[in-house]
Amino acid sequence: MIDRIPSGFHPFVIPFLIGMAFVLLYCFGAMIRVLYELSWQDRKKFFLSLLNPKILLKDIKDIFLNCLIHVPLWKRNKLFGYMHSSIAFGWFMIILLGHIEVLLFVPGRINLFYYPIFFNYFVAEDDVTLRGSLLFFLMDFFLLMIMSGIALAMARRVKNYMFGVKRMARPTFLNVVGLYSLWAIFPLRWLAESFTAHISGGSFLTIPANWLFRQFLGNELYMLPTWWAYSIALCVFMCVLPFTRYMHIPAEMLLIPMRNAGLKVRSSRKGFARVEFFSCPNCGVCIDACPMTVDNGNVKDCTVYLTRQLRRGNEERIQEISDKCLLCGKCEALCQVGVEGPGLRILERARRDYTVPFNYPAADKSVDKNHKVLYFAGCMTHLTPSIGRNITELLRKANIDFTWLDQQGGLCCGRPMFTAGRIAEAKAIVANMEKLILESGCDTLLVSCPICYKMFREQYNLPGVEIVNYIPFINNLINTGRIKVEKSDICYVYHDPCELGRGCGMYDEPRKLLGRSAGIAEAQQNREESICCGGSLGSLSLDFAQRENMTKAALDNLYTSNADAIATACPLCQATFARYADRPVKDIAEIVNQQVI
Amino acid sequence: MIDFGFTLSKSSTVDLNKVDRSRYDQLVKLVPTARMCMNCGSCGATCTVSEYKGMSVRKVLTGIQRGEDVRPMLSSCMLCGKCTMVCPRGINTRNLVLTLCKIYD
Repeated sequence: MIDRIPSGFHPFVIPFLIGMAFVLLYCFGAMIRVLYELSWQDRKKFFLSLLNPKILLKDIKDIFLNCLIHVPLWKRNKLFGYMHSSIAFGWFMIILLGHIEVLLFVPGRINLFYYPIFFNYFVAEDDVTLRGSLLFFLMDFFLLMIMSGIALAMARRVKNYMFGVKRMARPTFLNVVGLYSLWAIFPLRWLAESFTAHISGGSFLTIPANWLFRQFLGNELYMLPTWWAYSIALCVFMCVLPFTRYMHIPAEMLLIPMRNAGLKVRSSRKGFARVEFFSCPNCGVCIDACPMTVDNGNVKDCTVYLTRQLRRGNEERIQEISDKCLLCGKCEALCQVGVEGPGLRILERARRDYTVPFNYPAADKSVDKNHKVLYFAGCMTHLTPSIGRNITELLRKANIDFTWLDQQGGLCCGRPMFTAGRIAEAKAIVANMEKLILESGCDTLLVSCPICYKMFREQYNLPGVEIVNYIPFINNLINTGRIKVEKSDICYVYHDPCELGRGCGMYDEPRKLLGRSAGIAEAQQNREESICCGGSLGSLSLDFAQRENMTKAALDNLYTSNADAIATACPLCQATFARYADRPVKDIAEIVNQQVI
Repeated sequence: MIDFGFTLSKSSTVDLNKVDRSRYDQLVKLVPTARMCMNCGSCGATCTVSEYKGMSVRKVLTGIQRGEDVRPMLSSCMLCGKCTMVCPRGINTRNLVLTLCKIYD
């Protein structure tokens, strides 16, 4: 290979250079801005993590697996995964191989930024091409891989369901420009390389094309226009990139090291949150995941639209979207890049001003002292009293020394206040509750509501007190032989409550307990894909009537199991389902208590 | 004052022509379901804090319709949502309380 153009320059590289300079400057500026917005502790944490070889290695591995290979997408749908990794990994390999070619054949040109990209234009084949034939083959191979990915992307516009995704976010104008320019880049590169293949060599893709074009077009005339077009397509793509969903490509490379460094979102607009909402690739997985989008309603209130409006700074829509969400967490569980939809919304709610202050009303509450176990039922259990009654019966049967903290009601764990974004007010509730629980001198706090359980686990500081959910507690009672259960012949389908499953990661314990006392069936969508019952207290603005379809859709999912009855582990889910279900809805505590021998 | 051995209690007449209903009007614009209340009192009966502060969404609603100061009740609400669950009219009571907490000046 030898240099064909002595100066090593042609004006057609200018559009590419403009686009590249723009996108690099923009991303560099954005990174500086994000780092500036972090608190100094977070910034220190982030920089220290980059010095830690273990975390750094994890960063590199995660970036490679997530950004290039798209492993989470492969797990979701093979075709969807191939489409993304063929484009991302193929493009990366083409750039890498371009640099290797320059280093091997014309090492003096490596300082020219554009040389690896437009290599085939600037060189000519000499008599020792055999050395390059493997590289040429690989170049064509990866180009073919990318073009197959782009063909799939085009097919996706027509047959979306093939990719396991039913709905996509509506693209904005600039997203369409970005999409078409991205689609144009690789066919244009193939054409450009084909027209120069008789000069600079090629492989199985470019040489036959070169031969074909020679038959009826001739190559010289079309050489320059296609190289120009290729460069312009690159320029357009890179110039619109910061304003489109493709910003997720650079943003994710910052998001992964930041997350590995242990950073958390502290504000819904700045710092880490900014990286998060720029990392949203608008894939639309959250639209299908969202329980609110049943019958195509509320589609514009999904997390993908939250990130879009946060980027735009559309205050009215941000408020509407963040108030409506049920905070079930399914979008976060299924998100390919890990955008914390519920967390961002809670922080967004925390920005509101309230003119009426909160005064903790139950400060003079007292509790029976010196019992080992303190049972806390929570507000929702008071609406479904049979759960509390069955749990206390079970405790008595097992001879547990316990007292019921909120038998007379009047206490809230603070979770609803917390999810409403009134963090300081929630902290006031927490502080009073902590005092009350520690005063009781108990060593175990037994909680029968997953909403409270999540709050106790995450926001309470109770030294010397073990916080347990009733499911593992009862399991333990059976394990230690304090109660015995026999299996009934009724078959239940277990509904994973959002706060217990996705919220606390408890999926197997309830199934184990239920399996001991009854038959068990699985719904079509279960575990982390379980559908919110629609009764969630997370939503502030959804009205009762608007929730009906969501509950019915969640029930339809449970009916797919053909079970005789529905079992759940959350009083709120039970109350919500019982309203519309055509079969009994029971709490696991009720089922177990019936089966005690 | 002559002691008759009894007193007259303060009049509890509400003159709807004179009370300031602006807050109620503002509220129903933001939370339209507030209009649906039929004063059944389920909300107060289940309310977690009613035993401490006499909180009840029914009382809050009638209070602001009469131009009374309902802030002591509002400030005690823990947003636990029991009233939302039991409301036979499907009023979004939590949103109602939060909205009132926002629009009170």
